[in-house]
Amino acid sequence: MALTIAKPTSAIFAAGVAAVFGAFFGIFAGTAQGSGLLGFVAGGAVIFALSWVLASFMREQQKAARWGLAVIFIVAGFLFAGLPGVVTGAIFGVFFGWLIFFVASGRYRTGIPPYATPRQVLWHYAFRIIAGLILVFLITPILVVMPLSFNAEDFFTFTPEMLAFDPEGYSLKHYRDFFTNSDWQGALWNSVRIAPVSTILAVGFGTLAAIGLSQPHVPFRQAIMAILISPMIVPLIISAAGMYFFYSRIGLQGTYLGVVLAHAALGIPFVIITVTATLVGFDRSLTRAAANMGADPVTTFFRVQMPLILPGVISGGLFAFITSFDEVVVVLFVGSAGQKTLPWQMFIGLREQISPTILAVATILVGISICLLATVELLRRRSERLRGMSPS
Amino acid sequence: MSDTTQNGPMLAADGTPLKRSLNRALRRQKLRALMLIAPLLIFVLVTFIAPIADMLFRSVENQIVSDTLPTATEVLEDWDHTTGAPPGEEVYQALYYDLYLAAEARAHTRLGTRLNYEYTGVSSLFRSTGRGLEDLGEEYQDILEDADDRWGEGAFWYELMTGTGDTDARLVREHRARLQALENARLTGDVGFAPSVEIKELLPQTTFAYTDFAVFTALMDEDVVAEEDPWEGVYAGLAQDLETADLSGYDGPGAEALVAAQQTLAEQAEPINYTAFFESEDKDWVSPDIWATIQTYSSTYTGGYFLNAVDMQLTPDGIEMRPDGQRLYMVLFQRTLFMSLTITLSCILLGYPVAWLLANLPASKANLLMILVLLPFWTSLLVRTSAWKVMLQQQGVINDVLVWLGLVDDAARLVMINNQFGTIVAMTHILLPFMILPLYSVMQGIPPSYLRAAKSLGATNWTAFWRVYFPQSVPGIGAGSILVFILAIGYYITPEIVGGRTGTFISNRIAYHISTSLNWGLAAALGAILLAVVLLLYWAYDRIVGIDNVKLG
Repeated sequence: MALTIAKPTSAIFAAGVAAVFGAFFGIFAGTAQGSGLLGFVAGGAVIFALSWVLASFMREQQKAARWGLAVIFIVAGFLFAGLPGVVTGAIFGVFFGWLIFFVASGRYRTGIPPYATPRQVLWHYAFRIIAGLILVFLITPILVVMPLSFNAEDFFTFTPEMLAFDPEGYSLKHYRDFFTNSDWQGALWNSVRIAPVSTILAVGFGTLAAIGLSQPHVPFRQAIMAILISPMIVPLIISAAGMYFFYSRIGLQGTYLGVVLAHAALGIPFVIITVTATLVGFDRSLTRAAANMGADPVTTFFRVQMPLILPGVISGGLFAFITSFDEVVVVLFVGSAGQKTLPWQMFIGLREQISPTILAVATILVGISICLLATVELLRRRSERLRGMSPS
Repeated sequence: MSDTTQNGPMLAADGTPLKRSLNRALRRQKLRALMLIAPLLIFVLVTFIAPIADMLFRSVENQIVSDTLPTATEVLEDWDHTTGAPPGEEVYQALYYDLYLAAEARAHTRLGTRLNYEYTGVSSLFRSTGRGLEDLGEEYQDILEDADDRWGEGAFWYELMTGTGDTDARLVREHRARLQALENARLTGDVGFAPSVEIKELLPQTTFAYTDFAVFTALMDEDVVAEEDPWEGVYAGLAQDLETADLSGYDGPGAEALVAAQQTLAEQAEPINYTAFFESEDKDWVSPDIWATIQTYSSTYTGGYFLNAVDMQLTPDGIEMRPDGQRLYMVLFQRTLFMSLTITLSCILLGYPVAWLLANLPASKANLLMILVLLPFWTSLLVRTSAWKVMLQQQGVINDVLVWLGLVDDAARLVMINNQFGTIVAMTHILLPFMILPLYSVMQGIPPSYLRAAKSLGATNWTAFWRVYFPQSVPGIGAGSILVFILAIGYYITPEIVGGRTGTFISNRIAYHISTSLNWGLAAALGAILLAVVLLLYWAYDRIVGIDNVKLG
């Protein structure tokens, strides 16, 4: 519902706004070539001229104008810097083409109340840019890791070949190393052996306890809850220290069982929290209805309650799984060389002999977490839908 | 209904009073709930709470001194360190036999390491003396064996010590307990030896040393006591006993050999002097300082580790600050607090605009942007840390870009890693989602009409934000800040990798003490302090936000 009607602005204004951006990017291009001031002036002037032309004469043929601008930029980029220049030119061409008409057509005003002063409009967009930069800050590290993992060299930075989009600069050798190196495969195997078992433990105990906790009359509910949640609150290093001391007393330190138990303890709070949250919306009359129709408590649980809280159980299980799969501090102390997990191997790699294989592993892990994120989100939606169906 | 008009209690369908019937049902319900919770509760108590309790226990536990030197610390109790004189011969005598057993069990170096935390140099003192203990007894052993071969035979010794008549099983039990404390393990099995009461009265020190030997041989080496030659220390005990023993009334096994030995020793050997022996091993043994330290730390529980953790120390004269050069924990605590605060502040500054944007965009766009927040949240911690290591390195991506832009000279690349800056940047990034999510959920509940109402009443943008919107978002800031602060203060992995020497936290020191310096007591004390801070903050979090409001994803 756009309250504000888009009013076309003057060509000078559109060109001026575009020129500010042009000058800004010009500084960087300029410093890279030797003179920041020159870049600033040239960038501003060129963009101003181009924008003014487009905004004055080509308002009606927007599409053609934007394509034209992109082509000009691409050609200019190619002449300057070859293939990488084409990519840079395309990005800037599309950006400026969009920017010029966004301003010139007055569309930039549509999301803002009609009474907003020019300064408020400026602040509105400045704020978006700031927030956008922060979001970029949030995902840059991940975006940097992914391309670097295809590096053909053993460097942790973009080589000139990579920047030139030379196929020679890219390779899968770090992935190959991950899949053939016995250290990494051993670590992967250990992770795969530990995480599911501790997840099953956490989910099994946790679901039962969550059902118990959601009963109407539980003595010492607060205290029990505090104890069960505590593994999430206590800093990992303290948990690790305590477990190291205690498990070495009882002979669990350095054993597979010790690591599994420790990880299960760390995953339990997540199961408790997600399952109790699901149970909050659970309609008790359903179990009563089941009992009324002659189902015993076990049948009621598996046929009525379990299907309804399953999304919560699964997402709790996923949290527990990722906790164990990602965990490094506790396994570092409680485990021994025989329980070296993937994060542990990465930790060693980062601290001692930093090898780019880490980046390949990191990329794979990001892929896994994207899948898990999607699963949890789907489950959450399903859970909400199911809850919507039951009268509450 | 007619029921209510009846006199007497209301009855349930089966005839029991309704009140009792209801109570029973309630009790059964409670019991069922507890039964469902019990397995997990026991599981968490064993796998998690017990370790934490163990850590707290270790932060004050100090049995090692009295376990390793049980008799010496007991005799030492009467000694007054303020006199400036070393303790008397009886302390050195007790020390000799305590240390002998400890050296056989290889426990003396452990004690040396423990006391070295309090008094530098004790470690090497114990180690070197432990090697030389046999020399004292060997002297007498040689003399005795030259005079009579039987003194070198295990069977003869066994017969002599077992004697005839009553045996003293209690002494063996005591020595077994002594060895158990030393080995820190339960030792089962039969010793197969008990000294006779008669010989114990006649040769007390010999019996003491021989029982130590017998218990150790039977339980640790798993040999038959009668077939093994006794330790050199036993000969030292015999030499001491024979100096004064009155053998005239003794007619048990080996009586004539004892009389002969008494004579031989009186003729050929110097009287035994433990003080002189220890002094010859190392002059430090006659320094009162060592003994004052042992005396100070001989109690079973100590606050010494906690004092260490706050740069103080327990000296014989009371509690005092450590010398200037050795104070590092207060600095570390301050740094941990300062960096955690900085990280929290940066998270507020960066998280607030993003949360505001997310809360004020239409749902479809907000969900899309939310993915950008959740993706790093879900990404492995090590992935993000490695990413920052890659980006911040001197040959890393950021420096390369800066050099390419000409903002930084190639020779003067910025040092952004292995210092506080690196830790703060990486941890701000890692903890930012924990700030954005609570802020977002609070901001979603603030009606946008308030801001419009304020503006329509004539408030400027800033006033409307500062006086109307901001106060309503404070609970979100509070929740997010405490969450981020709690997480930051106990972080280990990221500071370890990108922190270098100046960017590390107290948690890194705890890990160092556990795995490298092996000062577990100090690690436990530092951990206990950190735990107390976190629990305090968590309590505050509970008061502000409530445990039940913890949400995920």
